[in-house]
Amino acid sequence: MSTLEIKDLRVSVNTEDGPKEILKGVTLTIGDGETHAIMGPNGSGKSTLAYSIAGHPKYDITGGTVTLDGEDVLAMSVDERARAGLFLAMQYPVEVPGVSVSNFLRTAKTAIDGEAPKLRTWVKDVNTALDQLNLDSTFAQRSVNEGFSGGEKKRHEIAQLELLSPKVAILDETDSGLDIDALKVVADGVNRFRALEGKGVLLITHYTRILRYITPDYVHVFVNGRIAEQGGPELADALEAEGYDKYLKAGV
Amino acid sequence: MTLTDNPVADAIETSPPGTVLSHLHPVGSFDVADHDVPTGREEIWRFTPLKRLRDLHSDAAYSAGATTATWNTQDGIRVENVDGDEARGLRGVSGLVPNTRFVARVLAEVPTTLLVDVPAEVELAEPIVVDLTGSDASVTEAAHVALRFGAHSQAVVVLNHVGHASLAQVVEVKVGDGAQVSVISLQDWADDAVHLTHHEASVGRDSTYKHVAISFGGSVVRMDSNVHYAGPGGSAEMLGLYFADEGQHLEHRLFADHTAPRTKSHVVYKGALQGQGAHTVWVGNVLIRKVAEGIETFEENRNLVLTDGCRADSVPNLEIETGEIAGAGHASATGRFDDEQLFYLRSRGIDEPEARRLVVHGFFNDLIRKIGVPSLQEQLMATVEQELAKNVLKDAQPVVAG
Repeated sequence: MSTLEIKDLRVSVNTEDGPKEILKGVTLTIGDGETHAIMGPNGSGKSTLAYSIAGHPKYDITGGTVTLDGEDVLAMSVDERARAGLFLAMQYPVEVPGVSVSNFLRTAKTAIDGEAPKLRTWVKDVNTALDQLNLDSTFAQRSVNEGFSGGEKKRHEIAQLELLSPKVAILDETDSGLDIDALKVVADGVNRFRALEGKGVLLITHYTRILRYITPDYVHVFVNGRIAEQGGPELADALEAEGYDKYLKAGV
Repeated sequence: MTLTDNPVADAIETSPPGTVLSHLHPVGSFDVADHDVPTGREEIWRFTPLKRLRDLHSDAAYSAGATTATWNTQDGIRVENVDGDEARGLRGVSGLVPNTRFVARVLAEVPTTLLVDVPAEVELAEPIVVDLTGSDASVTEAAHVALRFGAHSQAVVVLNHVGHASLAQVVEVKVGDGAQVSVISLQDWADDAVHLTHHEASVGRDSTYKHVAISFGGSVVRMDSNVHYAGPGGSAEMLGLYFADEGQHLEHRLFADHTAPRTKSHVVYKGALQGQGAHTVWVGNVLIRKVAEGIETFEENRNLVLTDGCRADSVPNLEIETGEIAGAGHASATGRFDDEQLFYLRSRGIDEPEARRLVVHGFFNDLIRKIGVPSLQEQLMATVEQELAKNVLKDAQPVVAG
């Protein structure tokens, strides 16, 4: 079982004009095996939520708590959070020149599990994961994210998700910039992950398109650093029809 | 992190019609008297700590014998110390005309030459490894090395410098037409060594020359590595890797003199610095002469600063006397660890020291793979690991090999 509990989370960033509050009290619980979609316009704080939970140093937590199965996530270092079972699929994965995908995946798996994966099954697992995401076998020899197309970067993120098998995955606009074929491949990967016992997903997106392939249990509308509305998957349909205008006009 | 990927326009220096002299590279002379003792104010000496050179650059006695050369033998390949007329005949075999006092002195005063002679059309499967082992850094000495590769030969020569020495050295390389040659100079000196060296290569018609400079050890290492072209179609790849620790000065100056049409030069130097007073210098000079139409050149220098108290100088220079070229460019970047890279790796559970280790290995990996000598590549990865253990991984637990 795994539960990610976010309570009254307040986050600010440093700007030239001093600290600016981005998250203004976010409360959200991702229960065992649940998929939550966070939707919202640009600048509403969606990505800030993702990176704050993962521990990016740019963000200052000024209030609130985040716990994973009762453990204080905010007290952990970035790598401790990952080893505790959190995974962030990034919108803009970072290039690491000279480090092969294969070396990177094995190093990460070893770190997460606390021991090196068994060589024979591991090679097979990697090949399967890459193959399922339409990444060919030469992909493992390339440098991490270097020269990858936008679609390759996103599929590589999902390959990591499947291989590292965290408790809770946060997907930050994994759908952005993907054509429909790539989107389906990525959605299939996320659905394979969701089908496993007790896996939580926090899916952050600007568009409703991906929700046709990944059906969330809950949808939250994020506006101006707060959750403005929440509901079931039907809320996504309403957003598709009406857009974010009514929330923006409300001037939250 | 600063990054410049300048188009040619930023770097171009035009000369009035009829002038051919590069201000960076005055005409040389074999006469020692034509070369003043450097003061440190000259453009080509301004980064070098002359006081630490033990007068190798000026008027130190050039003794012999403290550094010994040993080598592996291969059938049909001549490697030996020659003297007399034969040694004299090898002075300037690469087309070198001295433009510094120490080079003029080495050619004029050193009676012997270490000659590696690879006949035409011979293809060597194994590298020729010459170990140059210094025994006493209090003895100032000088050496002349000539590497001669016949037409269409294929060979790799490794000059492996180890031990204690104060050495002024000239390495001349003549690459025959159509030959494919690698010259690898490894500076793995002890901490007290001072090494002032000039490598000059004549790259033959349609030949391929790879020069690799690897500097880890020594108190001061300054290498000038020059190439010019004896005919059209020659290609030079110049690779460098250096790791400067506390108090070390490692300086590499490159000069690709495009003296023939359709020639290529590709320079990639990468360095890391750690510890108080670690200083590296990279100067990449490229001159595209009027005759050199259709050439391609690219030079790149990247430095990774691992701790406070280090200094990396990086200066690309491009002089162009013809606009009829296929391509020219340069890039230079010096920076610390990229926080976003570390965040990405750590967000996958990899702890900070291991993430740093991966980044540094990655930084050097691409370059090391291009050297093309597997046994040496393994050795270099191990050396990088030892260097990292001094600072970056000082408090880290051992980890699974990458």
